Amino acid sequence: MRQTVVVIGGGPAGLAAADAALDRGAAVVLLESAPRLGGQFWRHPTDRSATDTSLQHNWNAFVAMADRVGSDPSATVITSAQAWAIDHDHGQGDAAFGVQAAVGSADGPSREMITVRGHALIIATGAHDRTLPFPGWDLPGVVTGGAAQAMAKAEGIAVGQRVVVAGAGPFLLPVAASLAAVGARVIGVLEASSRRQVVSGWLPQSPWLAAKAPELAGYATYLARHRIPYRTGLAVTRAHGNDSVRGITVSRIDSDWRPVPGTAEYLDVDAVCVSHGFTPRLELAIAAGCALGADRFVAVDAAQRTSVPNVFCAGEPTGIGGSDVALAEGRIAGHVAAGGAITDTQLRPAVRRRRLLRRLTGAIRDAHRIGPGWTSWLTDDTVICRCEETSYGALRSTLIATRTTGLRPAKLTTRAGLGPCQGRICGRTVEELMTDLASTDGGADQRSDGVIIDRRPIASPVRFSELTAQARVVGTHEQMDTQEEDR
Amino acid sequence: MPRPSDVIVVGAGIVGAACAYALSRAGFVVTVIEAKAAASGTSGQGEGNILVSDRGPGAELVLAQYSLTRWDRIEQELAEYLPTGFPELEYELKGGVVVATTEAGAESLLAFAGTQRPAGVTAIELDHDGALALEPHLNPEVTAAVHYPQDAQVQPVIATEALLAAARTLGAATIFGEQVVGALRGPGPTITGVRTDRDEYPASQVIIACGPWSAQVAETLGSWLPVRPRRGVLLVTTRMPHKIFHKVYDADYVGAVVSDDHGLQTSSVIESTAAGTVLVGSSRRQSGFDQSLDLHAVREIARKAITIFPFLADASVMRVYGGLRPFMPDHLPVIGPDPLVSGLWHATGHEGAGISLSLGTGDLITSLITGSTSPVDPRPYAPARLPRPDTVEVPA
Repeated sequence: MRQTVVVIGGGPAGLAAADAALDRGAAVVLLESAPRLGGQFWRHPTDRSATDTSLQHNWNAFVAMADRVGSDPSATVITSAQAWAIDHDHGQGDAAFGVQAAVGSADGPSREMITVRGHALIIATGAHDRTLPFPGWDLPGVVTGGAAQAMAKAEGIAVGQRVVVAGAGPFLLPVAASLAAVGARVIGVLEASSRRQVVSGWLPQSPWLAAKAPELAGYATYLARHRIPYRTGLAVTRAHGNDSVRGITVSRIDSDWRPVPGTAEYLDVDAVCVSHGFTPRLELAIAAGCALGADRFVAVDAAQRTSVPNVFCAGEPTGIGGSDVALAEGRIAGHVAAGGAITDTQLRPAVRRRRLLRRLTGAIRDAHRIGPGWTSWLTDDTVICRCEETSYGALRSTLIATRTTGLRPAKLTTRAGLGPCQGRICGRTVEELMTDLASTDGGADQRSDGVIIDRRPIASPVRFSELTAQARVVGTHEQMDTQEEDR
Repeated sequence: MPRPSDVIVVGAGIVGAACAYALSRAGFVVTVIEAKAAASGTSGQGEGNILVSDRGPGAELVLAQYSLTRWDRIEQELAEYLPTGFPELEYELKGGVVVATTEAGAESLLAFAGTQRPAGVTAIELDHDGALALEPHLNPEVTAAVHYPQDAQVQPVIATEALLAAARTLGAATIFGEQVVGALRGPGPTITGVRTDRDEYPASQVIIACGPWSAQVAETLGSWLPVRPRRGVLLVTTRMPHKIFHKVYDADYVGAVVSDDHGLQTSSVIESTAAGTVLVGSSRRQSGFDQSLDLHAVREIARKAITIFPFLADASVMRVYGGLRPFMPDHLPVIGPDPLVSGLWHATGHEGAGISLSLGTGDLITSLITGSTSPVDPRPYAPARLPRPDTVEVPA
């Protein structure tokens, strides 16, 4: 019987997975939360004349895959589909899992509820960028690099006229380039890691640099042409303004990211884009029962299989690596999920590419790793949880008073992480602050409940009326086939 | 080796915390040992119900009524022991409204309320208009309702942390992240402390307060307890304007609480929290320690909630909690000395009423250990009431 492969996520990993599964002859159901394919990485210009896709890395590869998946009669592409839960339907004897999704505009009056079933599931949910809090980061005009880039790519709009791009990691470069391309004056790219850290992370990676050379050269040219300085060892430690950001304080930081006294400088800006790396979107993988490794990424084997039979994971949830790794992993997952073997000839390029890139991107990631000293730029009135408006001072005094050792009790006593975003923005920060407090103020010595912020059995909000609506079944409904022999 | 304790409490849920607080206040040297963190099991996964409305006359109601008098004073009492900056318990005597939407449901609800009044429960009968006056957004098809002004609510995690913090102020030690793996034994069937995965803790008495996990811990310590997990699911909405003013539940709830059915049972329990979210329960199912998302239960809870409050149809669920209640086959908590092992005590089996009964349980067990007058007759809760299976051997 023909395999049905369900893919969650229409970014690089998910598209490559769908493409490879179709190549192998499977039927594919692809769920994408946005109205169009591409994920966070590839953004469709709303008005094609207004923006330029030349800054979108691998745009042609995207167009080829999206066209193929979109037109293949064996593929069902469902956009605007919010996968909100995964259940296992132990009792039913059908496919092993059911992906529950709501289809339609999230704010719209009526979404259609669907249950997607198949023989194999590929989770390619990507990541969102992480911003460490600093005083004033909740002012309008302070945005994540991802948000700024999305606006630039899709709308052709710059978040401000005078902009600083700050944080850590290679992602700052395309953000700055996108902003410059839509007319913003980017007065600097401020990298938190020191020059030495950056150089020692990047330089030995010559194969990676060679592979990435055209892309990097593109950004470098852009930055140079727009006279955008790239400075290292600096962090935005405060945003100033009343109704919106008017300026920022930038401080030199040491290798632990602790601000060096006396180095603060004031910069006049009307927007600042800050990203300190990425947080994988893990909730659906966790809901599917996939085990995580000690590094808090989904544990996968060489064929991208998770700990759950017939469930695969590809791209950022298995380790932040960027779009090229995601493309390779997606291809492997799609091929194997469709009944192929990891040793098949057509997978060789992907397997080789993944091996090389995973090692190298790991070194780059280490070079931009968040230093523990960042907490020293917080003030008592710095908001930590923006949904529940929990300040650092309140969080700290509650954690010290309760001496709680669990993340759950910490959330329920401070309210941090309980709001609409369910800790997607502040969760990892709260975890780190608990650890930090333990070492400085005699708080809890460890988190002992084993709870992590990424566990969200309901992955996106769903209405009561939607919960009670009859869900339409999409995908296969047949008995599981015995495709295991092939693997 | 850690300091010798008078009493070790295994488990830092609300019941363990209440025992630790009551014993510390009575002058005992107490050590709490918890495998995970405070309120990381059942206590952190419920609504924080403090109810008298869901019980007919009997021993559990007596303990609930006594506990209610303790809850009423607890915030004031704890203030003396809590460090500054401690969050408020969000204790609120908000009252419960039990609603029937059919004629048959109305009849049995009113009959049940009639049995509660002689036992001291305030149960005010409401007609259709009276019910809508208290809860204007109720389904207008409500046929009858009973108002229970004695029902209250507390934020259970903060309450647990507060009791533990107060116990610490009174000298108790709290150990988190250590699992009890065995008993220290004296001569004969006597326990003289516990071994954890890291250390040995000598003590004169050991109390097991591990909720649904108490059966395993009892076995580890050489005894036996027939407590089983009974699963529940709770939905949390996004914040919304305040439209629900009491604990509102449907008349089926009482039936579900006292049922022995292993299958899924749902009945509505709906209330607003201080934070502006609405908590919507409840379900009961005996399915072992499985904690995966029970979507069938979630859908049933949603369906019933809309019947009580139609406006909830447009509300969004942003989070679900799943928890395990400690279920006893005879629906009574187990509070008192272990009949097999001298020095071993039990404080569990409260099913869904652990928050409510915790303060009474702490006082009761303290009175039994000191030999002072008990606040309520301890006999109905005695572990010795349980028929012991033949396979359990008395440790030599």
